[in-house]
Amino acid sequence: MNRKSLYRWLLIALMALVLAACATTDEERVDDEEGLTDEELAAMDRDRDRDIDARGVEGRRLVEGSELERMLNDPDSPLSRRTVYFAFDSSEIRERDVSILEAHAAFLADHPDQRITVEGHTDERGSPEYNLALGERRALAVKRALVLYGAGDNQIRVVSYGEENPAALGSDEDSWARNRRGELVYR
Amino acid sequence: MRKTSARIRLLLLGLLLAPVLARAELVIEITGGAETAIPIAVVPFALDGEGSLPVDMAQVIDDNLTRSGQFQTLARGEFIETPSRREDVGFQNWRALGIDNLVVGSAERDGDSYRVRYELLDVFTGRRSEGKSYRVAGDALRTLAHVISDEIYENLLGRPGAFNSRIAYVTMEDREGDRRWQLIVADADGYEPQTVLTSTQPLMSPAWSPDGEKLAYVSFEGRRSEVFVQNVGSGEREKVASFEGINSAPAWSPDSRRLSITRSRGGQTDVFVLDLNSRETRQVTDSSSIDTEAVWMPDGRSLLFTSDRAGGPQIYRVSADGSGTRRLTFEGNYNASPTVSPDGREIAMVHRKSDGRFAIAVQTIDGGNFRVLTPGGQDESPSFAPNGAMVLYATRANGRSVLGTVSLFGDARQTMSTAGERIREPAWSP
Repeated sequence: MNRKSLYRWLLIALMALVLAACATTDEERVDDEEGLTDEELAAMDRDRDRDIDARGVEGRRLVEGSELERMLNDPDSPLSRRTVYFAFDSSEIRERDVSILEAHAAFLADHPDQRITVEGHTDERGSPEYNLALGERRALAVKRALVLYGAGDNQIRVVSYGEENPAALGSDEDSWARNRRGELVYR
Repeated sequence: MRKTSARIRLLLLGLLLAPVLARAELVIEITGGAETAIPIAVVPFALDGEGSLPVDMAQVIDDNLTRSGQFQTLARGEFIETPSRREDVGFQNWRALGIDNLVVGSAERDGDSYRVRYELLDVFTGRRSEGKSYRVAGDALRTLAHVISDEIYENLLGRPGAFNSRIAYVTMEDREGDRRWQLIVADADGYEPQTVLTSTQPLMSPAWSPDGEKLAYVSFEGRRSEVFVQNVGSGEREKVASFEGINSAPAWSPDSRRLSITRSRGGQTDVFVLDLNSRETRQVTDSSSIDTEAVWMPDGRSLLFTSDRAGGPQIYRVSADGSGTRRLTFEGNYNASPTVSPDGREIAMVHRKSDGRFAIAVQTIDGGNFRVLTPGGQDESPSFAPNGAMVLYATRANGRSVLGTVSLFGDARQTMSTAGERIREPAWSP
């Protein structure tokens, strides 16, 4: 299969996903196999934003005072959500994260000079070296989706941290779910 | 009564002077033991006839022998006498306690140094099996205790000890989001930890060079994984692998000239061999699956690695030129992170048991005699002792990340932890 037809095929698959998402009822969306409600996800986003404020010197220095900074920090902006989550041992983008990636892809397409890094992370289960590879698969899956939605390939750098830099330090299902993630980092 | 299932707990800082410790509150816990272990008693070494040494050498030796799983030591509370030399031993007293071997010794202060002598005595015949005297600086008493432990071990078991060796591991500390990673080198029993690298970014996968003088490891200081080599003595360091994609899982070839590393290209993760002189890599594995965690066989001709090419991760062997790939593990659906015994006969690994717990297991290189060594939980990163008699690994105890050692003989296990830090990815020196 050549590149073009692969993308066309993926686009069809994604449209099907989006349609499926529209048809999903509220009850179904409250909880999925990961056990995280939308409320919990919002709380995770808030936690993550606190993290970024606490140790975000590097990420914010370049864009201080800019439109970008406002958009990244405004909770009403679609760019304020910059983390997507994965199922155990999976690097598949989940349907509810598609809108986040679409928003970032649109922003990147509008700002071709903007660069981002996609960080892939895993939970602590399994060997650290295997998880480093899995984290890269996740980061690449996020990048592929962003490019599919219109971002430029050269705008996105991927890096895997494996299980080495967890978002949550616990050793339980909730922490693991928070740690299986892809983070979009604007620099 | 003197079953070593009794728990021994030492709070290091609580001990005497301990002036040279770089880090606080290392907690050592020893559990288990074996029915077939050799009964031995280690009598405290007297200083100048009456005082006590700044390091309780007899206790260090006692702990070492216990941890090996091959000795059953007698608790001090049961001693009837505390002789320092063979001439003063009432052998019938020790025979009555079921003791086969006795270690006695003494020390004299000599300026800034100490003269230490010890004897290993056969309680049955009353003869001396071993006896030596040493002169060491005050800060080398603990090292000397490890040397003496090795001599006792070899004398009684006919195989070298591994007590006078070192371990490396990574710690991570989180202070309200401020994170600090450290690469630590310590004695094999976890004491005398020294920091060789501190970073605000993750560190992982330390690997000792065959001469024990260098460590290869992965650092994220460049905001991605890169492989470095650092001289442990001088601290001098050098970046050796910084290819696009992942650079990880370094392991030294037996001739020290090459490192096996894991690289990724376009999402495909494979094992490569990096020539440390030319800095060129040669690809060893080539599959769309995750191939990683390679280690060298002692002859340098082949490598073991983990691959999920058959679904779950399993351990494979491949020639260093990339030919002749063969699967080695078949027990269960998860076997990863191989480590090879120095004689090349056994491999230890992380094995997921049928109850879902991750444990340390061992089998022969040709696939026989598979056995699980630990109760399991989240055991990972096994590393063989240089004498092949024990395995060091990372695990969790009471909700914390700690290091564990397990004996291949008996079921003696030890855990080591420090307060407030996650200890991970240990590697035992040659």
